[in-house]
Amino acid sequence: MTKKNYAFYPGCSSQKGASASNFAASIEVMCGKLGIQLNEIPDWNCCGASIGYGEGGLLPRLVLNARNLALAEQHLPGQDMVSGCPACWLSTRETAEKLRESADLMAGANEALKEAELDFKGTVKARHIVEVLVEDVGFEGMKAPVVKPLQGMKIAGYVGCQTNRPFGIAGESFENPQYLDRMIATVGAEPASGYEQKVTCCGGALAFSEPDKSQKQIRDIVESAYDHGAEMIVTPCQLCQANVEIYQSEINKKQGTKLAMPVVYYSQLMTVAYGGSLKEAGLDGHVIQPKKLQDIARK
Amino acid sequence: MSENRQAIAHYRNNFLKEVEVHVEDGEWVKMCMQCGVCAGSCPLGNAWQHTPQKLFMMIRAGKREEVLSSDSMWMCTSCYNCIVRCPRKLPITHIMHGLAHYAHRLGMAPKGQPTREVARLFWNNLAKTGRVNELKFSLAMYFKDGFIQGIKNLLAMQGIGIGLMKAKRLNPMELLGGHKCKDKDGIHKMIAKAREIEERKQGYAS
Amino acid sequence: MAEMKTAAYICSGCGLGDKLDIAQLGKIAQNEGKIALVRDHAFLCNSEGVQMIRDDIEKEGVTHVCIAACSRRAKTEAFHFPTVAMTRANLREGVIWVVAEGSEHDEVRQEMADDYVRMGCAELKKVKLPQGNPNTTLQKRILVVGGGMSGLTAAFEAAEAGYEVVIVEKQARLGGWANKLWKRVPFKAPYAEPQDTGVAVLAAKVSTHPRIKVHLNSTVAETAGAPGRFVVKVAQESGAVTEEAIGAIVQATGFTTYDIAKLPELGGGQANVVDQAGLEALAQAANGGALKRADGKEIKSVVFLQCAGQRDETGQHLAYCSGHCCATSIKQAMYFKDANPDIDTVVLYTDLRVPGMGEDFYRSAQEKGVIFTKGKASGVEAAVNGCKVSFKDLILDEDTSLDADLVVLATGQVPNAGVNLDAWDKAVSEADGGSEAAKQNKSEMQKISILNLSYRQGPDMPQFKYGFADSHFICFPYETRRTGIYAAGPVRRPMDMLQATEDATGAALKAIQAVENASLGRAAHPRSGDLSYPIVRLEGCTQCKRCTVECPFGAIDEDEKRFPVFNEQRCRRCGTCMGACPVRVISFENYSVDTVGNQIKAVEIPDEFSEKPRVLILACENDAYPALDMAGLSRTVYSAFVRIIPVRCLGSVNTIWITDALNSGYDGVMMMGCKKGDDYQCHFVKGSELAGYRMGKIGDTLTGMGLEPERVSSYEVAITDNERVAKFINEYVAQLVEMGPSPMKGFG
Repeated sequence: MTKKNYAFYPGCSSQKGASASNFAASIEVMCGKLGIQLNEIPDWNCCGASIGYGEGGLLPRLVLNARNLALAEQHLPGQDMVSGCPACWLSTRETAEKLRESADLMAGANEALKEAELDFKGTVKARHIVEVLVEDVGFEGMKAPVVKPLQGMKIAGYVGCQTNRPFGIAGESFENPQYLDRMIATVGAEPASGYEQKVTCCGGALAFSEPDKSQKQIRDIVESAYDHGAEMIVTPCQLCQANVEIYQSEINKKQGTKLAMPVVYYSQLMTVAYGGSLKEAGLDGHVIQPKKLQDIARK
Repeated sequence: MSENRQAIAHYRNNFLKEVEVHVEDGEWVKMCMQCGVCAGSCPLGNAWQHTPQKLFMMIRAGKREEVLSSDSMWMCTSCYNCIVRCPRKLPITHIMHGLAHYAHRLGMAPKGQPTREVARLFWNNLAKTGRVNELKFSLAMYFKDGFIQGIKNLLAMQGIGIGLMKAKRLNPMELLGGHKCKDKDGIHKMIAKAREIEERKQGYAS
Repeated sequence: MAEMKTAAYICSGCGLGDKLDIAQLGKIAQNEGKIALVRDHAFLCNSEGVQMIRDDIEKEGVTHVCIAACSRRAKTEAFHFPTVAMTRANLREGVIWVVAEGSEHDEVRQEMADDYVRMGCAELKKVKLPQGNPNTTLQKRILVVGGGMSGLTAAFEAAEAGYEVVIVEKQARLGGWANKLWKRVPFKAPYAEPQDTGVAVLAAKVSTHPRIKVHLNSTVAETAGAPGRFVVKVAQESGAVTEEAIGAIVQATGFTTYDIAKLPELGGGQANVVDQAGLEALAQAANGGALKRADGKEIKSVVFLQCAGQRDETGQHLAYCSGHCCATSIKQAMYFKDANPDIDTVVLYTDLRVPGMGEDFYRSAQEKGVIFTKGKASGVEAAVNGCKVSFKDLILDEDTSLDADLVVLATGQVPNAGVNLDAWDKAVSEADGGSEAAKQNKSEMQKISILNLSYRQGPDMPQFKYGFADSHFICFPYETRRTGIYAAGPVRRPMDMLQATEDATGAALKAIQAVENASLGRAAHPRSGDLSYPIVRLEGCTQCKRCTVECPFGAIDEDEKRFPVFNEQRCRRCGTCMGACPVRVISFENYSVDTVGNQIKAVEIPDEFSEKPRVLILACENDAYPALDMAGLSRTVYSAFVRIIPVRCLGSVNTIWITDALNSGYDGVMMMGCKKGDDYQCHFVKGSELAGYRMGKIGDTLTGMGLEPERVSSYEVAITDNERVAKFINEYVAQLVEMGPSPMKGFG
């Protein structure tokens, strides 16, 4: 299989020992099976995330992302820049678009980039890994390597916010995107139909600053998954995964609920279905254990 | 702070003009048609004293103090629901971020507003090395209200921390340095320059 | 006229042959229907079948044709034989498509088909081929009353279509309101900037058009006649009168602005408060420069108050929305912003209503910096430098105020529709009773009349809600109850200039349709092209005046002996007069008390032990009958005990049909017509209402016959009610079964 090359922007949460390190582990096998070659952008930096606005301001935020784009442009020419984290993708894509649209911002960004001895020409396209899967690989392509179909599993596809808005996957609706359910079905599991919390916000960064408000969101997201008969939630978003999985115990403690819904990444499902081991799928990295998936992975 | 003491507007849409010049995507505020879809689409809508719809109306009505000292914009979770639903295609999320940032920069944002604090800590954390150090950030979060409160917070959240450590998703070794960019000096200079350019353009006395 | 020779053609296509005994139907036509020539065909509407009928007409001298096949609304092009009288027996939509499937229903299905063949044959005996109105005229000139934007457009469009046009304008120059505007709202993309009104160009084109004659400083002193033969007296200010022969009339008499003096609470009467017309005058005076107040001060801040004296719920002011005023204020706010972007312009609105592409125009104003504030004004006070507007901010929910150099009140349009006919009728009857005050009142009213019609029904067209000129608002907005006279523009309903020009174009086309139909002796809308017209047997008339009073279209005058005088060109052929006539002397050649009565009598009524009730349905051909056809098309099953007769309008239903039906043993009668009331959908405006009124009185008759009042029931059926109509039928039949057979059975 000839591999297709992409400039890869992992993002802070996917670093070793960070909150989404299990995601980082799982995409390796998945990409390998699908002919996706991810080439890490050298010395990439943080995108500023959504919460960066408070202190950052517009140009400093754009410049952070312009640095990554410039590095990709310089070191991995001709390759689309791909991120697995929706916040990274959103920040990068927004930067690329804003700079393309405004000569003034582009000039400002390059003036600042010069301090780091860089220059951005605006040629790089910022994409999300899910876009690569849906658009470049396709659902048939995603199905081909399946050796262990996840039969008998009912999974709630939780898309969350930033993979879906404001850009989203081309051709999908903001209110009820279908691709995640189709991906679940592609690996042989059953998507929980009518899961109405599919695009609900988990609270994002406000999980830290406004825990009660955020945990109310999380409780809805988890309870609805139970209501629709799901045994697991799957998501493409690092912050969603962390918030929804980690705070269930807090909610239980405060509100007397008994939530214990595993939350995994689509890439973990695919890695298991493609025959990857428990470790390769990052399934050793959960606070709430996705036992059924772990069992399949062990087989 | 001179900004804050500006003469009372000669024209009553002066605050609107101020927002148009100083706030990210502020030129869109005048395009709101007051339908209220943003207010109804916000996941934390109930927590907003002034919904985006109201904030836009207040800006047009020249309510400078009330808008900039409001904690409403700080309730934004960046879910972008308002953006995709706004029939007038206002970049509402960006305007909320822009207003919050502007208020923060002028020193008018509410003191101790938790999201404002988180935002500040987060930025400082990432700006130091170019990458976020989740452990240091979390600790800074817990200790933002002082040492005693920090210990309490830490104890309250220790279950979560231990869970994450077991799952190898929180690395205690991060305290001793952790991930960072090689060219962190370049990043520092770059951010400083960007800030300088922005302040020059906006006419801030920095 | 040639001797009557009847023929019946029974089709066995579309599954009719599989479901029905075609031979038996033929025998019924022959033996019971007494039809001279009976044929069946496997595919009657194909060229061979149609040729067979044509051959019979040409070679066999057939004059009357009954086609027993599909609905009269289907295959009308194939079954088009203009030289013979024709009836249709609806076996497809009316029988095989609606009777339940299965052999257990074979008997009732066949009985239903048998009856429809009997009915078609019985009707055929009574119909004649309509010969057309002999009083055809060739006058096709179109009169346009009013020379504003609507009138100019109607005149220009009609003239460009090749018709002679006469314009009567009260003022000394053409252009009307448009002359007073500085700019108008844009009609075309990008809908961003105010535009030149274009009225000068249009007025010049009209003035110099070879087919348009213009009377300025003139009014209409009298309008007599009917479509195709109106005689209109045009009176000049000087007193000179010109007579014009006219085919049809477009009334485009526009509007007056609501009197600002009636709004003192919003500053009406204050020096620095104007209405939108007043602002246009300031803009014209400024001629593109800075707008100045009456006192010469340059305006630096302006507030527009929307809905001033409009959408009023207190009953003091206009209850309606005038539709154009939001866009007009947006345009006027741009006058200021375009002259100087620093001028504070605030539009205070409760709901911004910008129909059409006005949303783009609104957006353009926002881009220019016009501030839109959702709030309700409570008062305008004079202040040192201008005005103080107090209002409630509806978004922030607080009482607040704004200072402005000038306040503009967006007031509404009041139609110039002439005399209110209800008031006129009252004055006429009081004047006839000798009241001097009423006589005075009547002559005052005549002065404001626009058309001065010499109709017995009064000098102007009827008025619709809020005094707007008549309109069949829901279904056919250009139609009025005065045939050949069409209202266009803001006299008909509040509207902006673009809508008015479109409206005027539509009205011009209606006027053209009216003169063309009149010249051929044919009916106008909705039975456009119909050649039949009411024939009255005057020797039987009792001069009761019910036909004259009830005709929705003012088609019938009275002579000095109070006999009806029919103006065929004004007639719409609805048959309301026929339904009204207590002595049944009014008929059409192909639609009469007998054509329907004969069908009713032709149905075979099973005896009371058969458990087969019979229900007569009189269904309006405009909505109810199509809905029944659609029920067939969608294979919606309904009871096989009903027998349906289409009628032109429920207004044409003569109560004799009902009593005849019940006397001959029908168990019940269903009347299906269009919606009546304020938001009527009756194609003839008053038909279903009159029918409702008449049926309201039939209860006594039923009691007199010893019958339950439920044996006659009425339904409002819209054209989309294909499912509902089947439900009505099935529920009613069930109710009748519950009630038991009619005691009249066996006496018929």
